Amino acid sequence: MDKFSYVNASSLKQVTSLLSDSGWGEVMMIAGGTDLLSELKEYIETPKTLINLKTLPGMDSISANASGLKIGALATVADIAKHRTIQQHYTVLAQAAASVATPQIRNVGTLGGNLCQRPRCWYYRDETVNCLKKGGDICYAVDGLSKYHAILGGDPVYIVHPSDIAPALIALNASLKIAGPEGEKTLKVEEFFTLPAANPFRENVLQPNEIVVEVQVPQPKPNTKSFYLKAREKGAPDFALASVAGVFEMMGKTCQTANVVLGGVAPAPWRSAEAETTLTGKMINESVSLKAGAEAVKDAQPLNDNAYKVTLTQNLISRTAMMAVS
Amino acid sequence: MSDKEKEKKQGTNISRRSFLKGVGTGTVAATVAPAILVGDSETAEAQTDGAASTAKIQLNINEKLYEIEVEARTTLLTVLRDGIDTGGNSVDLTGAKLICDRGECGGCTVLADGKAVYACMMLAMDAQSKQITTVEGIANGDDLHPVQEAFIQHDAMMCGFCTPGFIVSSVALLNENQKPTIAEIKDSLSGNTCRCGTYPFIFDAVETASEKM
Repeated sequence: MDKFSYVNASSLKQVTSLLSDSGWGEVMMIAGGTDLLSELKEYIETPKTLINLKTLPGMDSISANASGLKIGALATVADIAKHRTIQQHYTVLAQAAASVATPQIRNVGTLGGNLCQRPRCWYYRDETVNCLKKGGDICYAVDGLSKYHAILGGDPVYIVHPSDIAPALIALNASLKIAGPEGEKTLKVEEFFTLPAANPFRENVLQPNEIVVEVQVPQPKPNTKSFYLKAREKGAPDFALASVAGVFEMMGKTCQTANVVLGGVAPAPWRSAEAETTLTGKMINESVSLKAGAEAVKDAQPLNDNAYKVTLTQNLISRTAMMAVS
Repeated sequence: MSDKEKEKKQGTNISRRSFLKGVGTGTVAATVAPAILVGDSETAEAQTDGAASTAKIQLNINEKLYEIEVEARTTLLTVLRDGIDTGGNSVDLTGAKLICDRGECGGCTVLADGKAVYACMMLAMDAQSKQITTVEGIANGDDLHPVQEAFIQHDAMMCGFCTPGFIVSSVALLNENQKPTIAEIKDSLSGNTCRCGTYPFIFDAVETASEKM
């Protein structure tokens, strides 16, 4: 790691004003640091100053009431995974959080950090490779090794978004509060993430002088069933090869509304309107659920090494839907 | 010369200990030169805007207080293994191992306020105000912790390099959940890697320890 200065944050105002004087990379924020420190150790980022967000008061709280859930950006992934109300009423979120990395990382990694973590692409993470995402000319996954890359929405950068929590939040119609020099604003988590066609360098709309403060999740209706299914290469902790966050409002075996959001297959969490339409209003059975999976991947464009993700994603969607009626 | 070039250059001057530290990591150059600690002439840099690149911090490790001057980039693991306090004494807690240095292998697992964390992925500055427990602080004097006894009883190690991390993760689990299921044991130890593959014995040991606690 290169040297950097360390500032303990005392207020959001101070954070955004410290960030305002620089573009990307000079001044960076650190919370749990489990992603950032590995980027620093690989010299992917070489900030002059780190702002320690952990000293911001009250930003790690989780509060739940009848209207919904508020989770501070500094709440740890473990806190979310172990929260009783979240396990009970926001199951997909608890399951997604529990599937993140390892206990040691969940104990320090934060909600804000999970949403803003950088891609795991091996070209991006290689200090010696100046890929398109880092300002170069080429996304090396196109002609290179692409086993873990995108099958949907990739052009021109074929990273996949690594967050497990983001698909769950989008499937729950969550919103996110951002603070900047001009004050605070709220937007849907779904609108937070962007595809490389809009901006190849970043994965979300956060500006260099903005900070994610809080996530708000409306309480699902009582007849809601929700699940997070994550396929990994082996049983051990890892990022998703493909994952599905499914939130279904059920009337008996009939699906009244379906929210299906995919992880690990696109540069942003990927809402599958095709799967949602196929399931909505239908009696869920094996053929409907398989059709939902097939519809979701019908426009998939796999690279050289990741065609397996097409079948995997289709089957994961099908299994998630079937769980709503089992 | 940039810090990175310096790190790489220092890679040609490997002591026995730094060589041992590099074994198993694949990238010796990146690991033999940990963030420089006390005594480095560059640490006396000017501090501006309330931002500190070095600081004198107090750490509570195994219920003992250490006052140490660190750079902001110094990890907790570096302090534990290579730190020297302001009185000139080595911290010398080498139970937590430097292996991957990327928060993947679990060899450096310690407790921070009772929770398992990777010491390689925690800045020393962030360990202030936390109670840090390393594997050296698990036993009560000469009385081994039930987890340690069970590891011996079940021969839950081969080379032993990963063992401190597994012991600490097991203690973290049993502090929170005294009667874990086998699935919970596996999940709680999923952040630790044993290349010798002694997992079945480790899981047995944790089950035995849970019966004694």
